[in-house]
Amino acid sequence: MPARNVNDFTIRVATVNGSGSQSSNLVLTNAIARLGIPVAPKNVFPSNIEGLPTWFDVRVSALGYQCRARDFDVLLALNAATWQQDVAGVKPGGAVVHEESYPVKGDTLREDLIYYPVPFAALAKEHFADKGDLRKYLMNMIYVGVLAQLLEIPLSTIEESLRTQFRSKASAVELNLTAVRVGLEYAQQHLEKHDPWRLVPMSGKTDGLMFMEGNRAAALGCVMGGCTVAAWYPITPSSSLCEYFIQYCDRYRVDKETGERSVAVVQAEDELAAAGIVFGAGWAGARAMTSTSGPGISLMAEYAGYGYFAEVPGVIFDVQRAGPSTGLPTRTMQGDVSSAYTLSHGDTKHIVLLPGTVTEAYEFAMEAFNLAERFQTPVFVLSDLDLGMNAWLAPPLPYPEKPFDRGKVLGADDLSSMKSWGRYRDVDKDGITYRTLPGTNHPGAGFFTRGTGHDEEARYSELPDVWQRNLDRLNRKTETARTSVPAPVVAERKNAKVAILAYGTTHHAVVEALDFLREAGIELNYMRVRALPLSPEVATFVKRHDLVYVVEQNRDGQLYGILRTELPTHLIGRLESIRHYNGVPIDAHAIIDPLLDAQRAPAVVAD
Amino acid sequence: MTANVNIIGLAREVYKGLPTTLCAGCGHNSITNHLIKALYDYGVEPHKLAKMSGIGCSSKTPAYFVEQAHGFNGLHGRMPSAATGAKLANRELLVLGISGDGDTASIGLGQYCHMIRRNVDCTYIVENNGCYGLTKGQFSATADVGSKQKGGKVNEYATIDICGLAIELGATFVARSFSGDGKQLVPLLQAAFSHRGTSILDVISPCVTFNDHEGSTKSYAYVKEHDVVLHTADYIAGGREVTVDYEPGTVRQVQLDDGSHVVLRKLDVDYDPTDDIAALRIIHESRARGEFVTGLLYVETDAQDLCAREHLVKQPLAQLDEERLRIGREEWQKLMEPAAGPSK
Repeated sequence: MPARNVNDFTIRVATVNGSGSQSSNLVLTNAIARLGIPVAPKNVFPSNIEGLPTWFDVRVSALGYQCRARDFDVLLALNAATWQQDVAGVKPGGAVVHEESYPVKGDTLREDLIYYPVPFAALAKEHFADKGDLRKYLMNMIYVGVLAQLLEIPLSTIEESLRTQFRSKASAVELNLTAVRVGLEYAQQHLEKHDPWRLVPMSGKTDGLMFMEGNRAAALGCVMGGCTVAAWYPITPSSSLCEYFIQYCDRYRVDKETGERSVAVVQAEDELAAAGIVFGAGWAGARAMTSTSGPGISLMAEYAGYGYFAEVPGVIFDVQRAGPSTGLPTRTMQGDVSSAYTLSHGDTKHIVLLPGTVTEAYEFAMEAFNLAERFQTPVFVLSDLDLGMNAWLAPPLPYPEKPFDRGKVLGADDLSSMKSWGRYRDVDKDGITYRTLPGTNHPGAGFFTRGTGHDEEARYSELPDVWQRNLDRLNRKTETARTSVPAPVVAERKNAKVAILAYGTTHHAVVEALDFLREAGIELNYMRVRALPLSPEVATFVKRHDLVYVVEQNRDGQLYGILRTELPTHLIGRLESIRHYNGVPIDAHAIIDPLLDAQRAPAVVAD
Repeated sequence: MTANVNIIGLAREVYKGLPTTLCAGCGHNSITNHLIKALYDYGVEPHKLAKMSGIGCSSKTPAYFVEQAHGFNGLHGRMPSAATGAKLANRELLVLGISGDGDTASIGLGQYCHMIRRNVDCTYIVENNGCYGLTKGQFSATADVGSKQKGGKVNEYATIDICGLAIELGATFVARSFSGDGKQLVPLLQAAFSHRGTSILDVISPCVTFNDHEGSTKSYAYVKEHDVVLHTADYIAGGREVTVDYEPGTVRQVQLDDGSHVVLRKLDVDYDPTDDIAALRIIHESRARGEFVTGLLYVETDAQDLCAREHLVKQPLAQLDEERLRIGREEWQKLMEPAAGPSK
């Protein structure tokens, strides 16, 4: 028997979509966290309601790595259709818990694996014959019991997880616990453990943490950021953001006595309309948002350009998925960075926030409303499926201490004390002008908001000077934004001359890759960019290094492209692009392997 | 009240805007003048007026009235969504949307339908000339079958009837009028301001440059000849005594949401504007005869508008502060209970 492998392995659960395995997987995940062991679940699911294969990886990592692991050690196989493929993917020496009826011979047989056959279907039939449709769900709970026995999770811990999962609904907890016991007892009686994987309770790593998906965190950010108008069109993987927002608003934005709501949510007919509602509401002074994914971003292009040029605030969440076109709706990508940055035609440039953690999904959501009103412009928050829909262990979200920043808004009293004002006069020389809101009771408050060419007084103009002056001022606003958006996070050690630059969820793979490379004797610095337009620190960071690897999850190196456009020419040669784009979240080896290859071949490294 | 100011003490000048840049004689300019009169007579507070439009000749007109008011000249066919957002943000605004037939019936048909479905409280005027003026006279989707373009091309495609479609979609106020008939249009506009919900006003407005020739069914000559006036209207503001004296049996009064009335002087004594089936019938029958039936075609006064259905607070959402919008600290602590585990 190989050496014990404690708290550092990955379990892959292979099931059929729609069989209710999600609950079982979350119970398992939650139970591991309750043992004090850091755990990172990744749901790799199909674009389908029922019938297609689905996988759920539970990465157990004592060191707390939260990115996807490239390989898995323990397979729980409950999908006959993918059985051969699943077995082929197990790491050498791995363990396979499988439905007993699956063939373990011929082509399928891998001598190096440890097999634990369990008659899941028969057990479910035997114990839950009277449960009708519930039987398939309970069969999934049986595997939780089997894994609990094999990996040494106490039954009491599973029970606590069940209480969390089923919100202490006694009958559901009891029934599921029965199923867990069936699995556990079967494993006790029939399976002899001879694999090395074990869970051993530990402390200091998960204390005070909770599970949170990025979409839920962002929804809470919208509530705490004062969003009062939300318009959306359902699209995977962003739907749950608005659904969570609705859920929290139903609870916290309704006057208990009168039933009156301090929020309006409209399910729009398409993303064109969702964007229109947002910018109409932003123009009239409300904090408004929409959430969508790539295809919706394409449709929102025209209003995004309007918002930029007419200078109307609005927040657009883009939970990115794999494109182009419909692409893979349930797979992840950092694919909309360059399109969001310049979304719409003509000279358009937007503020884009790039959260990498659930804490940032929450904080950037709140900050997006401040920035949208401060800069009177659309603000994009680019999350992705991995951040948005997976559960991450994270500290509780902090209560906001800052008031809303409503930006430069003139009220009736302000107007009375001024000789004159013009909607697009750059009084403060920061590119940001003063606006008034409809409903302001002053004869001078009104102005004509338009997407056509206009002068400082918001009057239509086709004059070349006026047009160019306005574009230059808008650019000045972008320059001001560079130091107002979330600054990059830098981790510098010693005097390393090579660095990694990444953003969003790629961060979690970088963290693991940096540790791995350090062990291998390669010390790298790291900058995580958190917003566009780029902070001035990005250029100085690149300048301090001979070589900077730009790591991202798209084919064409979208941030790499933006850096090449915006950095001083003499720094461009220092950039190298590392890209990952197969639809599943990036893992550390997607960075380590190409980086080691490049290090071994110094000819390609810039001097 | 002196002769020079309206019921809220403002001069007529206040309701005027910049000089028009449309062609001389354009029907849209007449509509603007009728709008100015309607807004003045109604006593709309300029700061509460939100003038919204899409793109096209019609959509330029918000610049030509109530210069003090906020205007939003948005995107082609996308004004309904912006109007929806503006109304939700500040329900105290009187939202006045001005669109054209291309803006409404072609590129904006989806948003038009869904605005009606949601019964967004706004007055939505379609300045309908059956053609694209700004791009020099192409047919729009409201062009009648058999209508001729300036160059002689005949429209062979089915016409989209803005009013019939609106009624089908559950619109709560649908009227049709003619840019040259201020007597009918001004009271209809005021009734629309009073109506709580989407008020559709399809105003036939000949394009003097590209669609005013022989063979066009939206020329001045054709419309004057084929305008079948269902009734002329009077508008009586809420709180004011109904003093108009009509012969019994010749008027029909409709009480609007704010207590005001629209009084229809009936030419067709049997027409009931609260009967949607009758409205659809008269629209179809008149079109078959090549006629425009004008007047208040349909009204439903007890339907809830979007803000009411959403149970919005009285105070505009745009004005709510941190105190009102954030979850309280205590509740937040409960939400953030550590090890609460994954939800669902």
